[in-house]
Amino acid sequence: MEIAQALEVIWAARWALLAGLGNTILISVLSILMGTALGLVVGLILTYGNPVLRFVVRLYSDFLRGTPVFVLILACFYILSVVDIQLSAYEAGIFALTLFCSSHVGEIVLGALKAIPKGQTEAAKSVGLTFFGTFFSVLLPQALRMILPTWVTTATEIVKASTLLSVIGVVELLLGVQQVIARTFLSLELYFFAGFVFFLLNFAIEKAGRFVERKVAIPS
Amino acid sequence: MDYDFNFAAVWRNFDLLLSGLGLGLVLALVSIAIGCVIGLFTAFGMLSKHRLLRWAAHGYVSAIRNTPILVLILFTFFALPQLGLRLGKIESFIVTLAVYSGAYLTEVFRSGLVALPPGLREAGLTIGLTELGTKVRITIPIMFRNVLPALGNNFISLFKDTSLAAAIAVPELTFHARKINVETFRVIETWLVASLMYVFACAIIAALLRRVERHLAIPG
Repeated sequence: MEIAQALEVIWAARWALLAGLGNTILISVLSILMGTALGLVVGLILTYGNPVLRFVVRLYSDFLRGTPVFVLILACFYILSVVDIQLSAYEAGIFALTLFCSSHVGEIVLGALKAIPKGQTEAAKSVGLTFFGTFFSVLLPQALRMILPTWVTTATEIVKASTLLSVIGVVELLLGVQQVIARTFLSLELYFFAGFVFFLLNFAIEKAGRFVERKVAIPS
Repeated sequence: MDYDFNFAAVWRNFDLLLSGLGLGLVLALVSIAIGCVIGLFTAFGMLSKHRLLRWAAHGYVSAIRNTPILVLILFTFFALPQLGLRLGKIESFIVTLAVYSGAYLTEVFRSGLVALPPGLREAGLTIGLTELGTKVRITIPIMFRNVLPALGNNFISLFKDTSLAAAIAVPELTFHARKINVETFRVIETWLVASLMYVFACAIIAALLRRVERHLAIPG
């Protein structure tokens, strides 16, 4: 029976596949964290920066969002080595995903900060809060709640995009699975398996996001 | 950093890049057209009275949206032949992209249908149209106009996803860029030109879509 055989193959390769899954998770977590930090800066500049800075960052964001992630990954992988920045495929991939994530988070932050009614800032000012006080105790808590659902979607986007690193030779889950396929020729069962694992991963992220959203929602 | 820019190799192959860009646009157009049909049926499935249909529609959307598109592309191209379904690489890619976009468009159409005032359907039935006639002549056309911006965004991101066709050697823009990169080692020039081509193509599509939206907007 093919399925029993496939399960046997998967079980035999469990450590390699788990290592691949570990890499997928590590790549995603690092890219999301660094991308979010950079994205917050991008969003803040797009909202409050002076016109010159805003223009530069707008170009950065539009360029990154207009380029397919796959092209971004290939470009980072090949270009960085030419300009004497020696990064492994692994690091170059994380770098590309971080850039991709930062542009998306930047737009989300910009959208959220713009969506907060002006009255909030005015009220904060009239009770005597400074710019930082206004930002951290009034605007940010509201913006973060607005950002959360889209941010979770971006996180699943990154997990899915991490599979593209297989093309530049990073052994994450997909390439791990492909290596097993190369030995066993069970492409149907194993690609299905890979898809299923990614589905579970993203499904879990989505559910966790919903849970946090409910927890932090402002009671009405 | 010592790097002398020399775009000659890229310009020599510029017609290849352009033809790749054109192929990418065609792939995206054909896929979104099929995806629209799939999405429309699934959206009605999601809103159906029958629980089984609703479950099937939800299952399809959630499975596709949580699976990396690269896994789907490889599955269709390498795994389905095991089941006797052998497709050429372009056909296989179009099938994948259509099924993929269908899941995203389902959400678009579903929210578009839900947002329509119920009076539209009632008015259609009142003037003697059948249930199907009301859908085809009234609700669907109005819904289409309302969701046009979301549809356009989906098209742009689908166009960027055509870069992944390079993974199964479909000769689109990214495929040619990789080839030029490997053959000429003009690394920075190649990727700069390729990404700018994507960025400008996306910007032009976005501008065209805005014109269409304005043209089709329901007055008043």
